[in-house]
This record gives sequence, structure tokens and C-alpha cells, in this order.
Amino acid sequence: MATERQDPVTGKGTTGHEWNGIEELETPVPRVVLFFLAATTLFAVVYWLLMPAWPIGVTYTKGLLGIDQREIVTQQVEDAAAARAVWTGRVAEADFAEIASDETLMRHVRDTGRTLFIDNCAVCHGTRGTGGPGFPDLAANAWLWGGDPETIAETIRVGINSTSDETRVSQMMAFGRDGVLDEGQVRSAAAYVRSLSGLPLNEADRARIEDGAQVFAENCAACHGEDATGSTDVGAPDLTDAAWIYGSDAQTVFSSVYSGRQGHMPHWEGRLSPVDIKILTLYVGTIGGDGQ
Amino acid sequence: MSVVSGLTVSERHLALFVLGLLALAGLAMAVGGRGDPLAVHGFIILAVSLGLGFFVMSALFAPEPPASRLAEYYDDPIRVGIVLSLAWAVVGMFVGVWVAALLAWPELTFVDSAWASFGRLRPVHTSGVIFGFGGNALIATSLHVLQRTCRARLPDQFSPWFVLIGYNLFCIVAASGYLIGLTQSKEYAEPEWYADIWLVIVWVVYFLIYLRTLQRRKEPHIYVANWYYMAFILVVAVLHIVNNLAVPVSFGHAKSYSLFSGVQDAMTQWWYGHNAVAFFLTAGFLGMMYYYLPKRAERPIFSYRLSIISFWGITFMYMWAGAHHLHYTALPQWVQTLGMTFSIVLLVPSWASAGNALATLNGAWDRVRTDATLRFMMVAAVFYGLSTFEGSFMAIRAVNSLSHYTDWTVGHVHAGALGWVAMITFGSLYALVPWMWKQERMYSPKLIEVHFWLALAGTIVYVFAMWNSGIIQGLMWRTYNDSGTLAYSFIDSLVAMHPYYIARAFGGLLFLSGAVVCSYNVWMTIRMARIGRAAGAGTDVPLHGEADAVQAGE
Repeated sequence: MATERQDPVTGKGTTGHEWNGIEELETPVPRVVLFFLAATTLFAVVYWLLMPAWPIGVTYTKGLLGIDQREIVTQQVEDAAAARAVWTGRVAEADFAEIASDETLMRHVRDTGRTLFIDNCAVCHGTRGTGGPGFPDLAANAWLWGGDPETIAETIRVGINSTSDETRVSQMMAFGRDGVLDEGQVRSAAAYVRSLSGLPLNEADRARIEDGAQVFAENCAACHGEDATGSTDVGAPDLTDAAWIYGSDAQTVFSSVYSGRQGHMPHWEGRLSPVDIKILTLYVGTIGGDGQ
Repeated sequence: MSVVSGLTVSERHLALFVLGLLALAGLAMAVGGRGDPLAVHGFIILAVSLGLGFFVMSALFAPEPPASRLAEYYDDPIRVGIVLSLAWAVVGMFVGVWVAALLAWPELTFVDSAWASFGRLRPVHTSGVIFGFGGNALIATSLHVLQRTCRARLPDQFSPWFVLIGYNLFCIVAASGYLIGLTQSKEYAEPEWYADIWLVIVWVVYFLIYLRTLQRRKEPHIYVANWYYMAFILVVAVLHIVNNLAVPVSFGHAKSYSLFSGVQDAMTQWWYGHNAVAFFLTAGFLGMMYYYLPKRAERPIFSYRLSIISFWGITFMYMWAGAHHLHYTALPQWVQTLGMTFSIVLLVPSWASAGNALATLNGAWDRVRTDATLRFMMVAAVFYGLSTFEGSFMAIRAVNSLSHYTDWTVGHVHAGALGWVAMITFGSLYALVPWMWKQERMYSPKLIEVHFWLALAGTIVYVFAMWNSGIIQGLMWRTYNDSGTLAYSFIDSLVAMHPYYIARAFGGLLFLSGAVVCSYNVWMTIRMARIGRAAGAGTDVPLHGEADAVQAGE
């Protein structure tokens, strides 16, 4: 079958081979292909001359431009830090009150704080800082450890029940599970606590309030205080306000008293720079206020 | 005649012997791997080999097949390969739509167990479509093209079955392994050491089939499609062996540790990864294109010389390109330079191949309009050109700094995988299926048309969604505000992606629907063949009218 013939459509000759009906034309390689092959190869050769390219033994050709990606990135990081230093330097030096009163500085703090917050804190506290079941709402102005900037910064630095040596430690005992209180007492305490913030109680729970007040005074007041407004010394929440970390329904409050609670917040020292922690502190202060 | 009674008696004995060995290996894994996921795979291998063993025994004592079979091509494994390919297509693409939906709606995890998590399902999708669908299509079409263009029957009847079944066993072990949490954490090379060793054995037998058949060829020259198929088989073997060099924790454990670490590991992985794209998803499918496209168009290849420079250009240049996956990383810059520059030169032979395919259609463009099968192949060549251009473009360091780690990469991969690989496969299968089942045409040309538009629409929706998503992502990740802080958090970019993720899942759904339509059409064509078996056993035999067409393999 190896006979060359003319293809009637293109008028070109075939190579004379045929495979199960398939033939090939003797078309020469189009000039444009050769041109681009030469052009791209030329580009490659020029690029090799200018840039680090070919290995030679234990080193490589450095290229005429002397470009090194490591040097470039080091330089870029330095330049970026220097550009930021204009305002980060002031954040580092000034105290919180000074920064807060400087509107230009606060604009930087809000812009940067938002990104820092969402990238690091939002996983638990939410992108708007409003928390969720188990994670405090930072906009509620209900601070477990205190809401002044220095205290917030310290909380961020050491965390709560974290692995830091300086961590803040807070644990609510499992009064029911560990047998400190019987189930009826737990129920009474829960009813009393819920009554403090004016939550609607059913008939049975209303009848337990008096008993609950007794249980509270004997067991809970040590941390939450006689008036149940909590204590920032031990991170005990205020039970009279409208903010609830785990939920305010009867079942959840019962669970809190019965099984106890121990929240965790990681410590950020070592992961965030002191300036970043300061920025975050100020940003957190704006959540719920004008910052929203 | 059933598949088993078509084997010679000695081939049946050989099959039983090999299945016996496999069953023993499975048993050893099941016993030695007690308390380890390895045992699960031991049981799977044991069950598969026992099941196949019973199947072989069912016709063990059938008489020898007639010698007249040697005057025909051996197509039984091709037919099974086609069916397996489509089965994997539907499974792989279904899982693809599933994981796309998970990305758009993470709460969709309706089964709260580990196997249903994104991380485990995603490799089932990638391996399912690349190795299950693509690999089976490559094996089936290569055995077809090989015999036709050599005018020689396969050298024996056992080894093609060994390759086909062995390969699918590998795919099953791979996919089930992902679901139970087994992975080497190397993209597209996830299966563990024992599956890798098994694939090497299968692959060597596959290459030997090729060499032995070429040796028996009746044509003076080796057709270009076979160069590509051979490059595919040979290079994939080299890549697979090197990238999977690892030390198992013990022979009783599925877990192994790679021989490479750090940047050497990354470079080896992406040398493998990019050449898997080059030699599995490109060279193999170019082989497919070089046979089915001219055959369907009934046109000669536009230029033999262009085929040659494209082939050597592609095989030589691709080998260097892997480093472009590691721009701006710990990889030394000189390696990045080589990866980038060879990627740019690579564009020329790639476009030459696409151009050769499209110019081959000169004189047949009217048929492209009316014949959806040929149109599948034409569109495949166009997408091949598009995605190779995009690939070379993205390999440029400056472009890569924007595109890397974004959905642009995902879009690029799917422009290639859906637009090129799957389209050329579907086109080839629509041409091949009627030949294999001795029918005039597919059951429904109309459904091919439906499939074509579903596939094209799906691809376009998918690719555009990912282009948008990827570029937005890339820009959001590099935008600084005037405080010198990144303007957007990662979550901000995630929120911006959401509409595109929904569009992507929809595009994928369209493409999956097309694959289902195709499977139905093929299934009905096979039924048509069953009903009207008598209909013309054409002239598709090795030699024109001569009786002892093929040297006996045994």
C-alpha cells in the first residue's frame, strides 16, 4: 500500500504510508512554527544569560543581572516594615489612651486590627466579634477579666486556661456531677440564676428561687460574688446581665451548674508581636461601638 | 463465546495460577496487616482474586477456541475497558460534583463520618477521573489503535486481561484506601507502597504488550499514535517508580515514608505531577487523537513533519517544566528559571499538535458541523490549544505569583481535563463503540448531540467560574491598604468565592449529566448489538482477505 498519491482536497502529496486507512500529508513544517520555536528559544537563552539558570557542579550560573530571589524578598519585607514603622512605631510607644485619642493612628489600627482579628480571632469569636455558644461576645461589654485595654491586652497575651506558664486560670466546678449538690439543688441554683437577669421562669422554677438563693450563697457566691455580678479576679461572669456565653435557656444553665465549665483561649504571645496585640486590643475595644 | 472460553486452555491455567498468587498475596496482607488498614486491602484483593478465579473455573474445561480467532483482532478486553472507563467516569465525576458542592456548602456533610469529609473524597474524584476514566480509556483505545495500525493481533490473550484487570484493581485499592484514610500525601500519587508496586508490575506487562505487538506488525512504519502511547507508558513508569520510592513502616503496615524530604521531595513530586499531566493526560490522549480524529474525519494527517517535531518537542520539553509548580518557594531560583523557560518553549510544539489536528479537518469542516462525534474531537483540539497556552502563561514567574494557590490553577486543570482529555475521550469512544460492537452507528446520534452541548456548557461554566474566582482570590490576597496591612482577611476572600463555587458545582453537574447520557447511549448500543448479533461482521480484520493473518502468539 506504500504508494504516494495526491490528496484531492489540498492538492498535497501523501507520505505513501497508510495505516488502516489513515494517511499523512507531506506538508512541510509551517514557517510560523519554526519562527516561534526560534523566538521562544531565543527568549529562553537570553533569560538564562540574565538570570540564575544552569547548574555547574556545586554552584550555578548567577546571571548578568545579579538577581537573587532571597535578597529581593528580604529587601521587600524590610521596606514594607519600614513603611509601616511610621505608625506602628507610634503604636509601640504611646499608651492606649494616647493612641485612642489620635484619629489618624486609630484609622490604621482599625484597618489593620480588622484583618488581624478576622485572621486570628474570628474562628471562635466570629468575624464581627459577637461570639457564639461557648465563645464570648466581645461586643456585649461583659468582660470576664476586665475591659480596660491593659487587661484585654494581657488576656490576649497569656490566654485563658492556655499552655502559657502565665495563663489566666478559671474553672467552674461540676457541682452536680461531682456530687457537691444534688440534682434538686442544681435545679434551684439554675432557677435562681436565671431569675437574676429577669428571664421568664415556669411555675416550678419560680418556686425554687428561694431555695436557689440559699444554694447560691453557700456555693456560688465565692466566685460570682454575693450579688452575683461576678469577679474579674477569677474570670467569673456576671450572672445578672444579659450576656450568656453558653446560653440562657433552663437546660443550658442547668448543664453549666451540673457539669461545670472550663473555657479555653490560646495565648498569643510569641505568635503575634506586642504591637499586633496592642492593635488587636484597641480594635476589640471598637467592636460594638462605632467600629461596627 | 464467553470471554473465558475465548482464552486457550493454557491461558486459563495461567490465569488461575496468577489469580492464585494474587489471592495468596491478599491473604498475606490480610493476616500480616491485622489491626492495620492494610488488612482491609488484603481482604479486597483476596475477594477479587477468588471471585475472578471462580469465573475462570466456570469455563475451565471448555474446548480450545477455534484457530480462526487468530485471523481477527483481539478486542474482548477493549470492550470491557470501554465499559469500565465509563463506569469510572460516572463515579469520578459524581464525587467531583459532590466535593464541589461541599466547597460551596460545607454544611452539606450529611454523613458525619471521616470518609465523607472533603479531604478523603477529593482524591477519589481526581484518581477516579484521571486513572479510572482516563486510564481505562487509554488502555482500551491503545490496544485498539495498536492492533489496527500494526495490522497485527495482540501477541496473546492473557496479558491484556492482566493489564486491564490489574490496573482496575489498583484503582479500587487506591480509591478505597482514600476513604479509609490511606494516603502518601503526594498529589496524584496518593496510593501507598503495595499498590504502587502492583502498578509497576501491571505497567511493565502493558509496555511488553506494546513492544511485542509492534514486533509483529505488518506495516513498515510505526504510526505516530503509537509513539505517543509508548511515550505515555514508558514515561509514566519512570515517573511512578521514582516519585513513589518509599520505605514502608513494616510489611504489615500500609504506611510508608518517602525517600525524599524537603525541597527535593517537592521537586520530585512536581516533576512527577507535571509529567503526569504531560505523559498521562497529554501524550496518551494525543495518541488517541492521532488515530480517531483522522479516522472519523476520513482525512489524512495535515503534516507528518509537524507530527515529528511536535512529538519530540513535547517529550523533551515537558521533562523540565515541573519546577514551575514551585515558583517563589525554597526551590533554588535557577531551577525555577529552567522550569519557566522550558515551559514557554513548550508552547510551540503544543500548539503545533493542536494545529496539526485542526488542519487535518480541512476538507471535513462540513462534517464537524453535522457530526457531534467529530465535533467532540475538534473542540478537544481547541481546548488543548487553549490550556497549553494558559499553562505556558501561568508558568511565567510574574503571572504565577498571582495565579499560584488560587482557583485559577483549578480552572486551568479543568480546561485541560474537561475540555481536552474528556472531550477527546468521548469523541473517540463514540467512534470506537460502534466498531467494537459491530454496529453501523451509536444507538442515538441525537443523544451524542445532547452530550456534546452538556459537556461544552459544563466546561465553559466551570472554567469561567474558576477564572473569575482565581483572579479575584489572587488579587485579594495581594492587596495592601495604606496602613501596609493586607486589606482582606482569608475569610473575606472565601466569602467572595461563594457565588463562583456554586457556579462551578453547576458546571460540573452539567458535565456529569453528559457522562451519564453517554453511558446510557453506549449501554443501548451494546444492547442493540446483543439483539441483532447477525448484522454484518465487517471487514475489520488484520489482512485483506488472507487466511493466516497473524502469527500465532502461542
